[in-house]
Amino acid sequence: MSKKKLGFLNRLKKQAGLQSMVIPGVIFMIIFCFMPIYGLSIAFKNYTVVDTMSTAKWVGFDNFLIAFKDKLFWKSVINTLGISFLKLLIGFPIPIILSIMIYEIKDGPFKRIMQTISYLPHFLSWIVLGGMMISWMSTTGMFNEILLSLGVISEPRNILLDADKYWLIAVLSDVWKEAGWGTILYLAAMAGIDTTYYEAAEIDGASRMKQILHITLPLLKTIISLNFILTVSGLLKSNLDQTLVLMNSQNRGKAEVIDSYVYRMGITQGDFSYAAAVGLGVSIVSVILLLTANYFTSKVNEESVL
Amino acid sequence: MKKANISENKRFDIVNRFVLLLIAVIIVVPIWNIVACSFSSGKSLAEGGFIFWPKEFSFENYKAVMNDNSIWKAYVISVSKTVIGVVTHVFFCSMVAYGLSKKNLMGRKLYTSMGIITLFFSGGMIPTYLLMRQLHLTNRFMIYIIPALFSYYDVVILMNFFRQIPVSLEESAKIDGAGVWKIFLRIIIPLSKPALATIALFNGVYQWNDFMTAKLYITDKALYPVQMKLYEIIVQQSVKNISVGSVVMNTTSKGIQLATIVITTVPILIAYPLLQKHFVSGMMLGAVKE
Repeated sequence: MSKKKLGFLNRLKKQAGLQSMVIPGVIFMIIFCFMPIYGLSIAFKNYTVVDTMSTAKWVGFDNFLIAFKDKLFWKSVINTLGISFLKLLIGFPIPIILSIMIYEIKDGPFKRIMQTISYLPHFLSWIVLGGMMISWMSTTGMFNEILLSLGVISEPRNILLDADKYWLIAVLSDVWKEAGWGTILYLAAMAGIDTTYYEAAEIDGASRMKQILHITLPLLKTIISLNFILTVSGLLKSNLDQTLVLMNSQNRGKAEVIDSYVYRMGITQGDFSYAAAVGLGVSIVSVILLLTANYFTSKVNEESVL
Repeated sequence: MKKANISENKRFDIVNRFVLLLIAVIIVVPIWNIVACSFSSGKSLAEGGFIFWPKEFSFENYKAVMNDNSIWKAYVISVSKTVIGVVTHVFFCSMVAYGLSKKNLMGRKLYTSMGIITLFFSGGMIPTYLLMRQLHLTNRFMIYIIPALFSYYDVVILMNFFRQIPVSLEESAKIDGAGVWKIFLRIIIPLSKPALATIALFNGVYQWNDFMTAKLYITDKALYPVQMKLYEIIVQQSVKNISVGSVVMNTTSKGIQLATIVITTVPILIAYPLLQKHFVSGMMLGAVKE
């Protein structure tokens, strides 16, 4: 026994160098990842300004019950879901279509330039893009200019102040920013497709559209399902950066999403326990969504992607 | 039959290229419009009526930005947070990754499963905020650096890279009496430049574009990075817009906003060719990294 222990210590001593490299990372994870997970316990407490983490009183599920009765919370859920479903509808197929279109061009300068341009918006921050959008949509901005010259509208208006258009604005700006970047994964998958499939199809007289429908898309099935699962599990996630920069007093009713609600209740108003409860509840529902989506796609695909 | 096929092929190509060209226009024109607006005089900005070229070309917005000390201070903060953040992040992650890449490391299973947990679970905004407050990191420059030191994604990418380095190189150094730290610093780091560059570039973009850290933890304006400064300008501007019924605008502040947008984005544009070289390989290394 003691001999074994001695061996253990000896081995540890021999590894001192290696351990000294890894231990800082482990300490980091304990402090910055696991402590906040433990900190979620305040969702079941009444944490006020005078309390510390340990002196706060346990209140069970009270904070969750308050959220259930909170109209503003449900409004943020509806906005989050509305934006997410629109994003799923528009933002999910576009990168697939775009990547197939890029794949169908022969290698050359046009393809390279197209890729360079379409990846670029991904690297703009939401604050920069938000500032740009405010300029495009202002009364003297680009959009009003185009719409006026096309005769669609007769009076210039600030489009961002129109609450009813906010969901669409949020979704389309997200698609504009991320669609090109989203093609990388699909293009990488397509680079692995054996080109003899296409040669054989050509000899059989299959049109390009038919080749896409019967060769390219079926071969992308796994990666599309994987992306679909990730997107569905993210239905309750919202884009806080985007919301904070685009939200104003006129469109707040349509723009407030769960994350910005948590931010407002927690950080701005200091109701930490309530905000943490909302955040925790939403992440639990997200995990359930992930598992459900995986279950259904595995039925379709006959094997689980995750 | 064959002839029909060829013309159909051609039609497909033409339509495909045309639609792609349209998409490129939809991406480029709005960005160009911002640059054009930023070089517009306040008067022609208020009148509008142009998309590609300002009616009255002027440097007044950039001059105003140059004269605004707070914007340059924010720029300095952004540059320092990016440079210090990237160097420390890359060093910290590669150090941990090198240790974890050794199969005989004691406790390796425990460490990696801890890492995997951090990929899937997090405490979320509020508990993290309370922790940072408890650690007295709020309103300190270090809030940009310390919580961003480590990312298990990046550790996994580096770990996979280090495993591909031939063991023989390390073994000969070991015979010469070099310890693990010496091997790591003298052999592993110089051999891993492509992987380190990929991580550094992505982390650099994150650091430069990051605004939430400042929004959450910084109230001291002297510590604002340029993204937060820009946010402040935008919010002030939109408040003004609404309070005057969105008819009249303070044009000079709009011009300053646009010029700040442009100078905030210039470093990203300079780094973009480098980024493009690295991100496809980075994506592949990290599999489904966001």
